[in-house]
Amino acid sequence: MNKVYSPKELSEAFQILNSYQPLKIVAGGTDLMVGYNSGMPVPDQLLNLWKLDELRHIDEYPSLLKIGALCTYTQLIKDERVRKYAPTLVDAAKTIGAMQIQNRGTLGGNIVNASPAGDCLPVLAAFDAVIEIGSVRGLRQVPFTDFYTGYRQTVLAEDEMVTNILLPKQKTEESAKFYKVGTRAAQAISKVMMSVRASIDAQKCVKEIAIAVGSVAPTVIRTRLTEMAIRGLIIDESLIATARKEMMEEVRPITDIRSNEHYRRTVSGNLIAKFLRENYLA
Amino acid sequence: MAIKIVVNGQDLEVSVSPMKRLLDVLRQDCYLTGTKEGCGEGECGACSVLVDGEVINSCLVPVCQVEGSEIVTVEGLAENGKLVPVQEAFIKYGAAQCGICIPGMLMAAQALLDSKELSKQTPTRYEIREAIAGNLCRCTGYMKIVDAIEAAALSTLEKK
Repeated sequence: MNKVYSPKELSEAFQILNSYQPLKIVAGGTDLMVGYNSGMPVPDQLLNLWKLDELRHIDEYPSLLKIGALCTYTQLIKDERVRKYAPTLVDAAKTIGAMQIQNRGTLGGNIVNASPAGDCLPVLAAFDAVIEIGSVRGLRQVPFTDFYTGYRQTVLAEDEMVTNILLPKQKTEESAKFYKVGTRAAQAISKVMMSVRASIDAQKCVKEIAIAVGSVAPTVIRTRLTEMAIRGLIIDESLIATARKEMMEEVRPITDIRSNEHYRRTVSGNLIAKFLRENYLA
Repeated sequence: MAIKIVVNGQDLEVSVSPMKRLLDVLRQDCYLTGTKEGCGEGECGACSVLVDGEVINSCLVPVCQVEGSEIVTVEGLAENGKLVPVQEAFIKYGAAQCGICIPGMLMAAQALLDSKELSKQTPTRYEIREAIAGNLCRCTGYMKIVDAIEAAALSTLEKK
């Protein structure tokens, strides 16, 4: 029979991680259980985080929100501070599964599961979130854009776990969007997702821009060449065409069961064009 | 491992593997076969039950995570043999065809009717569709299901 540790205190969870390896961490279970149901062997030892209420807080600071790793998508969707300061995270959370999954799946799980199709991840990348990691050795912070080291690989050591997410607030002068393209509105894994955050002045000049794209590379990526091609310029049809072309060249999609390379490349270009056009017309 | 759960208001103790799916515990150990398995991967919602008032897919929840929680299955909706408004409405509007999605549909609908945000106004058609977006009906009988939930919401509000 499997041994499941269910600590109620974070310090206890760190001790368990330090003492009983190998150990599989389970939070909401919405990804792991799918694997176990389809025949993947259930590990002998698991660490069940579900009772760690310490990781369910959302705290507001002057420039950022501190979001506990165990916050569910429903919690994010309903929280007034997240709705006000991170509306694109709410938009992303709403596209995940449906009510049953949103009530159970967690932001920390979305991050640690490390799928390039994780729906909240482009938002975290576009907003330069910082991941707080804990273990018996203490806490450390890693920029989200450095968190993944390859396909489904993270910087987490065996005895570490994600504890909180530090998410900079969207500023009033910033315009941000989250786009997801999938087969249907609910219950669909994305073919392409994009999160854009930009400061655009009254003359339609893009002062600052951050673009993150999901499902088009081994990890969620920031398309920094495309950002550079847009930054400092005034939005017009020529810039929209340049941005589309740069984006299509910069993404590195593959063909898999959900979509193909050509489609993903085209949609990525279309999405950045859509964002710029929406702001040009606004 | 002995795990204590509350199912439909009854205190139970089951002796099972901690990673056993709540769905299997309900069907095999509690003999409550109203909850169905459809896809077994969180896509179809046939196994929906309420855990502490929230609708979840019982195929994705290991029983160790609901220790001490209150679980409501389709068998627990009716009180003393009297159907709740959403069950009455499903019958009246002919919302069940083959029926396998209905226990899950009823639980998702009940979660919507119970939600605090809607305690003073009935949900829109869009909100109803969103509430059952995680419940697939392969007979595609969605129109009558949405009709039934709308009618149940109205009759629930009238009684408040």
